Amino acid sequence: MAIDWTHFTPWASLSGGVLLGVASALFILLNGRILGISGILGGLLPAKTGDASWRLTFLLGLFVSPLVMKVLAPTDFLHAPRIDADMAMVVVAGLLVGVGTRYGSGCTSGHGVCGLSRLSPRSMVATAAFMAAGFVTVFVLKHIV
Amino acid sequence: MQRISEFVVGLLFGLGLMLSGMTDPSKVIGFLDLFGQWDPSLAFVMGGAIAVAFFAFALAKKRTTNFLGGALHLPKSTQIDKRLVLGNVMFGAGWGLAGFCPGPALVSMAAGQDKALVFVLAMVFGMIVYELIQRRKTP
Repeated sequence: MAIDWTHFTPWASLSGGVLLGVASALFILLNGRILGISGILGGLLPAKTGDASWRLTFLLGLFVSPLVMKVLAPTDFLHAPRIDADMAMVVVAGLLVGVGTRYGSGCTSGHGVCGLSRLSPRSMVATAAFMAAGFVTVFVLKHIV
Repeated sequence: MQRISEFVVGLLFGLGLMLSGMTDPSKVIGFLDLFGQWDPSLAFVMGGAIAVAFFAFALAKKRTTNFLGGALHLPKSTQIDKRLVLGNVMFGAGWGLAGFCPGPALVSMAAGQDKALVFVLAMVFGMIVYELIQRRKTP
């Protein structure tokens, strides 16, 4: 293991993380909901009666965030994201994430942030499982294939 | 009030994802590449988020309603079973393949990235397939 100092962004990542924490905190305290993206989205496919509007309002806020970021941040603040995976890999990845998050009842936000914050043993196992699978997948892709 | 809060929370969450670096798949993969040039940044994302949310959940556990007077939906399941582990292994594999998890993929799609759009379409398709299989199992 060698640390990649050139890409390391402790302060931006820590402040971004704090924002994610604030959002999760507000959501449970004001709306009484767990902020879990896969659950919020998956609950719309299809939604039970009367259970759609809170999901849609949340997603609307999420969708306008890139626009707001453009207004708030100087152009060179956020470097352009880079996606190395080709389209076929992106499709396979999307399918795995779609089925996996519903089957496993959560993702990085629901299990990772909220689950660990409320000290749920179930979410600790879930987070360990998806992190381990992520490490192994990247190891295979970058160092074996 | 409820509606405003939902919208603002979605907005804050999206801003947090972009600021933290989670919307950059190469950064996510840099974090998952433990045995290469490792970028530990995303551990700081998790740390920052939990440091705040921990207190909110500690407070929520002591209450029966949320602060706007509505219901408090805390997960009740404590079951650690095959589906939890298998589902999350599948999710982690997909996360490592493309560097997208659901939140950042939705934000990047909204920002107009074509690969994020394809990812989200495949993800939604996967969710619907899961839903249909579930229904056949439990009529």
